[in-house]
Amino acid sequence: MLDFHLLKALHTAAGPRTLDVRLTLAPGELLALSGPSGAGKTTLLRLLAGLDRPDGGFIQAAGQTWYQEKPRQWLPPQQRPLGFVFQDYALFPNMTVRENLAFAAAGQPQSARIIHDLLASLELTELADRRPAVLSGGQQQRVALARALARRPRLLLLDEPLAALDLPTRLRLQQVLAEVHRQFELTTILISHDPAEITRLAGRVLELELGQVRRLGPPAPAGTATPLLGRVVAVLPGGRLQVRLASGSTLVEVPAPPGRTYAPGDEIGLTLEVARTF
Amino acid sequence: MPPDYWQTLRLTLALAACTTALLLGLGLPLAYALAYGRSRFKPLAEAIVSLPLVLPPTVIGFYLLVAFSDSSALGRFLINKLGISLNFTFPGILLGSLVYSLPFMVQPLQAGFAQVPRSLREAAYTLGKSRLTTLWRVLLPTMRPALLNGLVLTFAHTLGEFGVVLMIGGSLPGRTRVASIAIYDEVQSLHYDQANAYALSLLGLAFVILVALYWFTKRDAARLS
Repeated sequence: MLDFHLLKALHTAAGPRTLDVRLTLAPGELLALSGPSGAGKTTLLRLLAGLDRPDGGFIQAAGQTWYQEKPRQWLPPQQRPLGFVFQDYALFPNMTVRENLAFAAAGQPQSARIIHDLLASLELTELADRRPAVLSGGQQQRVALARALARRPRLLLLDEPLAALDLPTRLRLQQVLAEVHRQFELTTILISHDPAEITRLAGRVLELELGQVRRLGPPAPAGTATPLLGRVVAVLPGGRLQVRLASGSTLVEVPAPPGRTYAPGDEIGLTLEVARTF
Repeated sequence: MPPDYWQTLRLTLALAACTTALLLGLGLPLAYALAYGRSRFKPLAEAIVSLPLVLPPTVIGFYLLVAFSDSSALGRFLINKLGISLNFTFPGILLGSLVYSLPFMVQPLQAGFAQVPRSLREAAYTLGKSRLTTLWRVLLPTMRPALLNGLVLTFAHTLGEFGVVLMIGGSLPGRTRVASIAIYDEVQSLHYDQANAYALSLLGLAFVILVALYWFTKRDAARLS
């Protein structure tokens, strides 16, 4: 489905580096992209979507050349059949939910039916006539996903789609993503920092560091304990701690480990166990 | 009421309306290129656009007067080859107004384009939309306050124009004498009442236009958030 080798100069905190990723994705595969910030994850998605120009390499998608260094070939983003979900959702503020979808689906055969089905399957029917500004983060995220699907893409690119959401919303949307991925038979690339999310959703995970592939393989299986680092935010009554995970903004509540007392600001080591997959 | 009152007012409004309409068509592509372009010559283009802000209007008027007259190559070409004489005509003062009011249209539009988050444009592109469709359906509706600002400032600024119009157009009643020049003429002839009629009209018009601008802007902000 997707076969690419991409090279692009990166400006990282450690100085100039080169993003260099060679990968083949099978149809229907869901690949998670992880790694510290500045590793080149977003850049890789933007190169695939045609929003930035690579310095070298090639992109082949479903037998079509999207980019090639020599002889020079370049397909603009408008002509690449893919869906892109931006980190900030990028919903059009001047349009209602339905109009956002209609704008995306314009020109498709049976666009009215596509919009109707997407509104229903992402539970947006009741919000259809509202503008994005009055929606919650989770609702906006569902609209962004529905809009990306309205063009019936075969490739879906998601740039940290769930990072800004609270844990319950995130869990619910992970389920939505898994269903959408199955139902629309999409090839999906998802940027995520959350090991549990990756285990639940992804078939393979690509770990990037400073532009280079550090690891490519299956995600940790369910039941694996993942070590995590966090910082204590508050000491709660009943011997519990509120901890902010170092990998993002997620707050969790855990029983205080015995043997020492913790104060806000202390570092704490946790193990995270993925309980189940969808 | 001065004898030429309605004629002068009509001419003033016609000049402002024509200038605003033409500058909208001219300013949109220019502001788009300045906001999103990555050319090395962008600072040069920005300086040229902003020049009328800092130059005395008489300087612009003087050079246009010379350019349109038969003492310059351009003027000789216009007059002899095309038969177009621009000095002391309405098209002449219109051209002068376009130059003079250019930054009042381009700068708000450029700022408006720059304020739209980049991801909105890119989202439209990944949905298969051309630049023109994106401009029309996403950018312009999102930057409506900036659009309104550019239109209103250009219109109001052209209403109050004096130096450029006087240099190129002189003060021919019914042809090039706009309200601000009429005020000057009436004061020169010590007709303070008649000058007052024009001055009061311009004051009222400018005030109403600005109130309307701020009212619309406030309503629009409430609608989008």
